[in-house]
Amino acid sequence: MIDSIDGMLLETGADALPLTERGPASPRVVASFGFWLFLLSDIIIFAALFAAYAVLSKHTDGGPSGTQLFDTRHVLIETACLLASSFTCGVMMIALDRRSLLGTYCWAILTALLGGTFLWLEVSEFGDLVHGGTGPTRSAFLSSFFTLVGTHGLHVTLGIVWLLVMMIQVFTLGFRPMVLTRMLCFSLFWHALDIVWIGVFSIVYLGAG
Amino acid sequence: MLGNLTWSAIPFDQPIPLTTVCVLLLAILGLLTLVTLKGWWPYLWREWITTTDHKRIGVMYVILALVMLLRGFSDAIMMRAQLAVAAGNATGYLPPEHYNQIFSAHGTIMIFFVAMTFVIGLMNFVLPLQLGVRDVAFPVLNSVSFWLTCAGVLLINISLGVGEFSRTGWLAYPPLSEVAYSPGVGVDYYLWSLQISGLGTLLSGINLTTTILKLRAPGMGYGRMPVFCWTALASNLLIVAAFPILTATFAMLLLDRYLGFHFFTNDGGGSPMMYVNLIWSWGHPEVYILILPAFGVFSEVIATFSGKPLFGYRSMVLATMGICVLSFMVWLHHFFTMGAGANVNAFFGIATMIIAVPTGVKIFNWLFTLYGGNIRFTAPIYWAIGFMVTFVIGGMTGVLMAIPPADFVLHNSLFLIAHFHNVIIGGVLFGAFAGYTYWFPKAFGFKLHEGLGKAIFWCWFVGFYLAFMPLYGLGLLGATRRLQHYADPGWQPLMMVALGGAVVILIGIALTVAQLVVSIRNRDRFPDLTGDPWNGRTLEWSVSSPPPSWNFSILPIVSGPDAFWSLKHQRTPAASAVALQSLNVPKRSPLGFQIAACVTLMGFALVWHIWWMAILGLLGVLAVGLRNAWRVDLEEIIPVSVLAAHERAREARVAQT
Amino acid sequence: MRRIRDASAVAVDNCTWVLARRGIVLATLGVVGGCSRGILDPHGPVGESERLILFDATALMLAVVVPVILCTLAFAFWFRSGNSHALRRPNWEYSGRIEFVTWSIPALMVLFLSGIAWIGSHDLDPPKALASASAPLEIDVVSLDWKWLFIYPQEQVATVNQVIVPVNVPVRFRLTSASVMNSFFVPQLGSQIYTMAGMTTQVNLMASASGAYKGLSAQFSGAGFSDMRFDVRAVSREEYDAWLKTTREVSTPLDAVHYELLSRPSVANEPSVYGTVAAGLFDAIVKNPGAPPVLSTEDNSDPSRR
Repeated sequence: MIDSIDGMLLETGADALPLTERGPASPRVVASFGFWLFLLSDIIIFAALFAAYAVLSKHTDGGPSGTQLFDTRHVLIETACLLASSFTCGVMMIALDRRSLLGTYCWAILTALLGGTFLWLEVSEFGDLVHGGTGPTRSAFLSSFFTLVGTHGLHVTLGIVWLLVMMIQVFTLGFRPMVLTRMLCFSLFWHALDIVWIGVFSIVYLGAG
Repeated sequence: MLGNLTWSAIPFDQPIPLTTVCVLLLAILGLLTLVTLKGWWPYLWREWITTTDHKRIGVMYVILALVMLLRGFSDAIMMRAQLAVAAGNATGYLPPEHYNQIFSAHGTIMIFFVAMTFVIGLMNFVLPLQLGVRDVAFPVLNSVSFWLTCAGVLLINISLGVGEFSRTGWLAYPPLSEVAYSPGVGVDYYLWSLQISGLGTLLSGINLTTTILKLRAPGMGYGRMPVFCWTALASNLLIVAAFPILTATFAMLLLDRYLGFHFFTNDGGGSPMMYVNLIWSWGHPEVYILILPAFGVFSEVIATFSGKPLFGYRSMVLATMGICVLSFMVWLHHFFTMGAGANVNAFFGIATMIIAVPTGVKIFNWLFTLYGGNIRFTAPIYWAIGFMVTFVIGGMTGVLMAIPPADFVLHNSLFLIAHFHNVIIGGVLFGAFAGYTYWFPKAFGFKLHEGLGKAIFWCWFVGFYLAFMPLYGLGLLGATRRLQHYADPGWQPLMMVALGGAVVILIGIALTVAQLVVSIRNRDRFPDLTGDPWNGRTLEWSVSSPPPSWNFSILPIVSGPDAFWSLKHQRTPAASAVALQSLNVPKRSPLGFQIAACVTLMGFALVWHIWWMAILGLLGVLAVGLRNAWRVDLEEIIPVSVLAAHERAREARVAQT
Repeated sequence: MRRIRDASAVAVDNCTWVLARRGIVLATLGVVGGCSRGILDPHGPVGESERLILFDATALMLAVVVPVILCTLAFAFWFRSGNSHALRRPNWEYSGRIEFVTWSIPALMVLFLSGIAWIGSHDLDPPKALASASAPLEIDVVSLDWKWLFIYPQEQVATVNQVIVPVNVPVRFRLTSASVMNSFFVPQLGSQIYTMAGMTTQVNLMASASGAYKGLSAQFSGAGFSDMRFDVRAVSREEYDAWLKTTREVSTPLDAVHYELLSRPSVANEPSVYGTVAAGLFDAIVKNPGAPPVLSTEDNSDPSRR
């Protein structure tokens, strides 16, 4: 029977239509799916950078290698900060779910602070390396190290900026659907960065040691 | 103040680029003056520049493709003319510095700004209509994608008049493309132009994948989607998976060039081999990104004009998704001669051949769609049949070169050039023109002139064979690619035949322009009043031509494949019995245009090392983006009265036939 | 009347297709056959094997491609809408048997060709030594901007843009680049191989008939690329020895100074020779491409090295 209605067909119990035949999905589903795809594409950028690192990690051009340069304690603190920030991000999302403005703000600020600490630690590590004459122009290994870790750091920076903008949006626009969807996308982004960092930590820092 | 930019960047001493730039500037100025005098700016801004309507964006993509075809082809015919004369001791009229830019620009423009834009334009226009929905998943993002592509186009065209273009081929292998061997701005123009448009393409890929997977009419499960949607899905999945590799690789080369990193340099431990691997990991999926939608067009065209459903729907889908996955496993066949060893070479050679299996299946399925059909010989079917006979030759030479020892003597020769032009022209371009002719009435409400359409086909068909069959021969004679002149005068006759072929194609291109002019002039004589000029099978033919901005006044409910065919032949639609409801459509947005303007400024500034201007461009992007983040008024309402008026007008037009 | 006109129009179109393509293919083959000197006219075992693969694979594929093309044109012609004799099947869209065949034909073809690919890749792997009674001649190759340097490490001479080899003696080439990527290619002898800075590649070739063969670079390398041609001459053993003798008498040595001069960008270099070669020059170039080679200071005209 061909009929015509506008909008979504809803599930109707026993003879519910399969998901693929229920018509266009809701804006929230569409937005988060699209953002997932974007995240996957971003992970592929990281995959290419990981591949470059894997190929070039031994190309030290007579210079120092990772074993000689990396300070595992420093990296452990960075990792702790970032993982903790993922946790605080999760709690922030719960507060958001409860429409708690204070809760959202507190946990958001914690997330931003932890992320900022991570960045500060990373920048100081980079600075030390550059001052020691082992900057990214020293060898292919260092170029790939700085680029891989630096790209992750750039993403973290953009994430923090995004979070701050979102805080202003929550304040000015309230908890409307558009804002909630964007916060969902932000949390997906932030958690994905965490996962990438696990990869960086394992392959780059632990791999060198 | 202006970085490295000086007056010497303008080619006052090179007559050919100088004349071209002057003519182009005059033409652009003339066009802008005309638009201003006629007062068309408000219309253009409102209806085209800020549109979020996928149909308009699709049309703009195709216009961009056709315009860039003119530039890409000019490069081609200049190359053919040079090679037709530069035999023995003759040096031709294009010195190497110039010739090397021309072939680099030719490849870059044809792949990125003709083939990609054409295919994305067709997918943009058709997909929501075939899926039975109102627009793509992210309409504003769609506009951003288009304008980012334009930004890339603008940069590459600016390089003609300000500075120079790259001289390193369309893929810019290091170490030749590193600062040590290419110190000018050419490679920088190339890299920034493609990074920017690549971002646009990636966003498009995300957009269209989400559309196909999450936005379909009620009842349209995956098994009821038109095959064009399946091939578009495969193509867009490839875009999402492959373009980030291009972005990362170009970023690495940019870091080498700008900040002295050592990813691909000869010194410091860099690895040019790694570039070749990375770039082809993108490059091979790229050619499948181009060909799969063309395959989809042919599936639609052959089924429609045979008056039969497509033969073997399920195996077509299987073959398409198989090609999608396999395309990631074959990249090394682009450099068998790099010395990876017998096992590695053999593996990739065999993987490449395995891709020929689903492709062969598709050809057979088209063949059996024709069988038993009632074939109407319209221009789109000419393109389809021309494709079937031409593409199999190109596929054959491809499988031939997939055998590593055969490739050892054919790699980088004119045989290779002939092969990929064989499949790209015979496949992608023929498909693009088939789609263009097929869907033109839907987009504009009138048909293209049929006789000229067939003449255009013949020019391309005959011209292609004349231009590229000699190149197969030359490759076998030992001619390699990218030569600016050659010692053996015995090659000259074949080169001249090739030039003849290019001239025939030139006639075809001129006729394409003429066809547009003639068709627009005669639009009242061949109107598409019913919306279904070809007796089509899929949902886009169920709406008026051109469709209203909201596509479907009432979303169709689909119960089988070839949804429109069932609608037409199984019951009389009682659309008027169902009540119309007001609906929401996305509002237009200047975001795309604004971002692209800032990004173009940024790109130009980065090429010339004008750091303050680059930062300004970046801040512009941030400002515009932030402003857009607070845009809450995203949709506008189409009231029932407008819907009803449209439907009434449509019924009146149908009654005229 | 109109139907007959349409039918004949379609028939003419179809015939034009077939004729046009056949004509062009024939013309091409004619020209190609007439002019030898390419990869279809090999003068060495590697090139001959590769040509055989080309012919075999092409013949195999044509066995499928030609019928497909003919069927396409035949079906299009027969099932045109004007043809009243054609049996129309407007709902026919699936046949398991046909599907089985359409998957099997390409699969079988790919199976055969994969066998050729696997065996061929191993037999003709460039670093694989050629079967021969003679001991291989070693030649080190350096691609420069924009010429080719050939060093004979056993003979301690060097040439630019020319290679003299004895007939029926396998030549083991070891290649590198002092600048950008190139590809060493002598079409009439067979396989090409890339040259890349900082590393060596290898290819083994042999000339089975005396003659002059053209060599070129098959990987675009910049402004002087079109002139990166070199001559390969396969000569009898006596002529080869005589050439060696004359070459060793040339006074120009290929030492650090002369190499530096040679490495400066130049186009269309005339063939030239060097009577002696500095020890370890090739390895030094591999180690530091693009920079002046760091050579040991020992006497490089030591006769015991010959």
